[in-house]
Amino acid sequence: MNTSVISIQHNLMQKHRQDSKERGHVSIESVGISFGEGTNRSIAVRETSLTIKPGEFVCILGPSGCGKSTLLNSVAGYVTPTTGRVLVDNEAVTGPGPDRGMVFQQYSLLPWKTVLENIAFGPRLAGHSAAECHSIARTFLAMIGLSKMEKRYPGELSGGMQQRVGIARALANYPSVLLMDEPFGALDAQTRLMMQESLLDIWSEFGTTVLFVTHDVDEAIFLADRILIMSASPGTVIADLQVELERPRQSEMATSEAFVALKRTCLQYIRAESMKAFELRECNA
Amino acid sequence: MSYALANNKPPEKAPDAVQVPSLPDQPMPNASLPSNNERMAGRLAQAVKSKQAQSILVGGLSLCLGILLWHLATLYKFNFFINFENIPSPLKVADAFVGHLAEPVFYTHILVSIRRILIAYGMAVLLGVAIGLAVGRSRLARAAVLPYIEVIRPIPAVAWIPLAILMWPTEESSIIYITFLGALFPIILNTIHGVEQTPEVMIRAALSLGANKLQVFWHVVLPAALPSIATGLAIGMGVSWFSLLAGEIISGQYGIGYFTWDAYSLINYPDIVVGMLVIGGLGTLSTFLIKVVTRPALRWKELQR
Repeated sequence: MNTSVISIQHNLMQKHRQDSKERGHVSIESVGISFGEGTNRSIAVRETSLTIKPGEFVCILGPSGCGKSTLLNSVAGYVTPTTGRVLVDNEAVTGPGPDRGMVFQQYSLLPWKTVLENIAFGPRLAGHSAAECHSIARTFLAMIGLSKMEKRYPGELSGGMQQRVGIARALANYPSVLLMDEPFGALDAQTRLMMQESLLDIWSEFGTTVLFVTHDVDEAIFLADRILIMSASPGTVIADLQVELERPRQSEMATSEAFVALKRTCLQYIRAESMKAFELRECNA
Repeated sequence: MSYALANNKPPEKAPDAVQVPSLPDQPMPNASLPSNNERMAGRLAQAVKSKQAQSILVGGLSLCLGILLWHLATLYKFNFFINFENIPSPLKVADAFVGHLAEPVFYTHILVSIRRILIAYGMAVLLGVAIGLAVGRSRLARAAVLPYIEVIRPIPAVAWIPLAILMWPTEESSIIYITFLGALFPIILNTIHGVEQTPEVMIRAALSLGANKLQVFWHVVLPAALPSIATGLAIGMGVSWFSLLAGEIISGQYGIGYFTWDAYSLINYPDIVVGMLVIGGLGTLSTFLIKVVTRPALRWKELQR
């Protein structure tokens, strides 16, 4: 590999590290989202406003069906808000784009591309040369600890490995925000814990704003700087909690007083919301 | 159509040939574990291979048994509801076949048929995949094209013969037209199916990585549809052969279908069977070739665990 290629990769990372303190500001301005027309109209997200600071790790926590994924999709650009708007670094979101990396719950790697080609896909679309793309992809492969797997196809990897490649693929575009939609939901409990630690490692190495959707209270507390709890449908943010646990997070912290106290608070909110949703469903039935 | 796939696997060694790695005498749990796993994997691979060898063996025996039954039925002039009295025996058919191998006109028949298949099938592939992709991706194209597909698809190739003769300037072109129609529909329908089953989440992922519509199509939709397109190509090849035969029986002076029909007119029974078997052989061979050609594009599928 020639030196100019390596220096391009190096420069990209340098630039990202310098900018990451100013990049990644997310502002959701009275966003409401509803689907359907007339009598079939259903409100998924009720007017919601919030702002996220650059470099913040924010978890959106809520019962299933509360519209938390819909809200995330409006930041990703897959869903256009019915009212209000989403701004990322003062630019209105009008559709999906490489400045907002997305990690899905379902496996979404392209199974006909190797691991390396999957991660290099974003840089390739951005117009980098083949050598540059590979150099960038290898940097992120090393970051997720899967360098040996570069020639494998996604179908040959375990679920946890596939999700790590999914994270690397999203980061290879040097996004200002990383959006994660229950990325570890399909993994077994043991793998999930390891993935959470691995994600925090990656995040501490590659500083970026993270917006992470989950229904798992422990996961939210373990990962986040800040937890937004959403109410049952139509969803809106009902609580905004700071997580006062020091970093780096250790798995033993799950038994600390601060952790347990915060968990109790979260569970109270969620239980109240789940009950509401349950009763609502019973009434409608 | 596993018979075609079974052919390209070489016969395997006997399962006894597994090399069992010797275990160390001292208890070494960490070292013995992987070797155990390797041994298991080796045995598994061997079992799979011996199963393939078994399938080939059973397939061969089954074919031999069929030929033997055919031979016996003709030898004893079996006649109970099904009549074998006028059916040529396998030996007579083999004789006739070997005799034809020495005649240049026999090869002309085969080559003319192959040429027609190449032209008709080639056009069906180009048009079928293009139409299938368009219909699968665009609602407008779908609305415009689907009625034609639904109406024309059930019409058998033979029913097209009179119109084909009226429509096309030469017999050759009408035969190719009929062959083309046969191959076209399986290719279109399988391509549509392939495009439709592209996982939405992959399209979303590509969009968020910065892909535009054309790039989504090229990097996501097309590769996702390839397995189904490959199936369509293989089925289309089979159908194009029997459509070709329908066309050649009615008109033309060369072609393996004409050869078969001509043998029937001349009451040359062994040649009828020769013609039939040549068609069967060419059909199998060409379908197999299509599978070999499309296989590299589907390598990722075979590696899935």
